[in-house]
Amino acid sequence: MREIHTDEIISVIERLFIDANINLSDEMLARFTRAIDEEKSPVGKEVLRELINNAEIAKKEQIPICQDTGLAVTFLEIGQDIHITGSNLEDAVAEGVRRGYRNGYLRKSCCDPFTRKNTGDNTPPIIHTKIVPGEHIRIVVLPKGGGSENYGEVRMLVPSQGREGVKSFVLEMVKKGGPNPCPPIIVGVGIGGNFEMSAILSKEALMVPMGQRNNDPAMAEFELELLEEINKTGIGPQGYGGTVTALDVHIKTMPCHIASLPVAVNIQCHAHRKKEAIL
Amino acid sequence: MDIKIITTPLDDEVIKGLRAGDKVFLTGFIYTARDAAHKRFIDAIERNEPLPIDLNGQIIYYCGPSPAPPGKVIGACGPTTSSRMDAYSPRLLSLGLKGMIGKGKRSQAVREAITKYNAVYFGATGGAGALLSKSVVSSEVIAYEDLGPEAIVKLGVDKMPLFVINDIYGNDLYEMGTAQYKT
Repeated sequence: MREIHTDEIISVIERLFIDANINLSDEMLARFTRAIDEEKSPVGKEVLRELINNAEIAKKEQIPICQDTGLAVTFLEIGQDIHITGSNLEDAVAEGVRRGYRNGYLRKSCCDPFTRKNTGDNTPPIIHTKIVPGEHIRIVVLPKGGGSENYGEVRMLVPSQGREGVKSFVLEMVKKGGPNPCPPIIVGVGIGGNFEMSAILSKEALMVPMGQRNNDPAMAEFELELLEEINKTGIGPQGYGGTVTALDVHIKTMPCHIASLPVAVNIQCHAHRKKEAIL
Repeated sequence: MDIKIITTPLDDEVIKGLRAGDKVFLTGFIYTARDAAHKRFIDAIERNEPLPIDLNGQIIYYCGPSPAPPGKVIGACGPTTSSRMDAYSPRLLSLGLKGMIGKGKRSQAVREAITKYNAVYFGATGGAGALLSKSVVSSEVIAYEDLGPEAIVKLGVDKMPLFVINDIYGNDLYEMGTAQYKT
C-alpha cells in the first residue's frame, strides 16, 4: 500500500493556492483573446484587453490577479489504495491554506457569519472529498471570490417545468447578477441529485475545461443554447454592455427523485483560478 | 469611447464634462473605504463628530486590497461591489463627496444624489486588481487602522484606468450598454 505523508499534502496545497491566485492559466488567457474578437462593444473589448493586461502584470509582479483571493475551495480525489500518514487530512489541508494565504500575501476573506470577525488565516477551507480507485491523490484548488458566489442559488423545480424551467432559472440568475459577479462569467449548472448534490454538481461544472462539452449530446446542445441566450442579454464585460456576458456554460447532471427537479446555478467570475496536482 | 484625463480634487467643471461610457485616467489622491468604514462615518456624523477626512471634492474607492508583499506599495487592489455602500452614499455626497469608485449598479437614491450634488460614479474593472495596483504610487493608512483590510487608506494614484458609470445627466452605463447590445 502506497503511503503519503500529510507534510507533502500541506506543501502542495500551499503552493497550489499561491499559484492559482497569481498565475492565471493559459486556458483563460486564450479564452480572453478569443473573446476580444467575439465582442462587438468597443468598451467591452477594452475591458477584455484590461483583463489580459491584468493577468500579465500579476504574473510579472507576482501579486494576485484579484484582491479577493477567495474562500479556499479544495477538491480531493483520494485513491482507495492509499494510506495517509502524519496528521489528520483535513487539518493538513487547513494548514496548507494557512501557509499559502500568509506566505503568498493573499487576502484573508473568511469570517464568522454573524459577528463578521475574520478568522485571520482564511481557514476553514471548503473541502470536497471523493474516494476513487487507484493509489494517487488528485488535488484541485478553486479559490472562489465572494462577488460571484453571491449570485448562486439552489432551486427545487417542479418536474413538469423541465428544460424550459431550467433555462429561465439560469437566465434569471445571470440577469439578477448583472455587472456584480464580474462578467464575463462562467456558469456552472447542476441538475438532479438532491438539494445538496445539485449545488456540488454546479461547482464541479465550473471545473470543466473551457469549450469542453457534456458527453450527453442533448446536454451539450443545452449548454450551447444557454450560452447563446446569456450572451443575448447584452450585459457584456463588466456589465458595460456587450455580446460576451459568459465565456462558457457547463452542465452536470445525475438522476433525481421521481418527485423532484433540483437545479443549482453557481456563477464564476472571469478571474477563474483553478490549479491542480496529482500526488 | 472618449478618453479623458482628470485629477483630484474634482471640481464641478470637470464633472460636467464627464459622460457615462467615457474612459478616464485619474491622477491624484483617493481614499479607500468599505462597509465598516462607511458605518463609522455615518455614526460620527450623527454624533456631530468630525470625520477623519475632509470629503470636499474627494473620491472614495470601495476597495479592500490584498496585503502588500515586501517592496511593493500595495497588493492587488480592485473594486468591491458598490451597492453595499448605497445606504450611506447620499449622506456623504450631501457633505461634499464628489466621486465614488467601485463596481456594479447603484440604487435610485444614489443616482439621484449624484445628479443633485454634481458628483460622479466611476467603475474600476472588477478582478483587475493587479492592473489597478500598477497605478497606485503611494499608500498610507490614515484612519480606522483597527479595521484591517477595511481601514481608510489614502492612495496616491497615477493614471488609474476607470469608466464613467453614472454622470450628472442621469445616464447609467449599465443601462445604456445593456440596452444597446441586447438582442
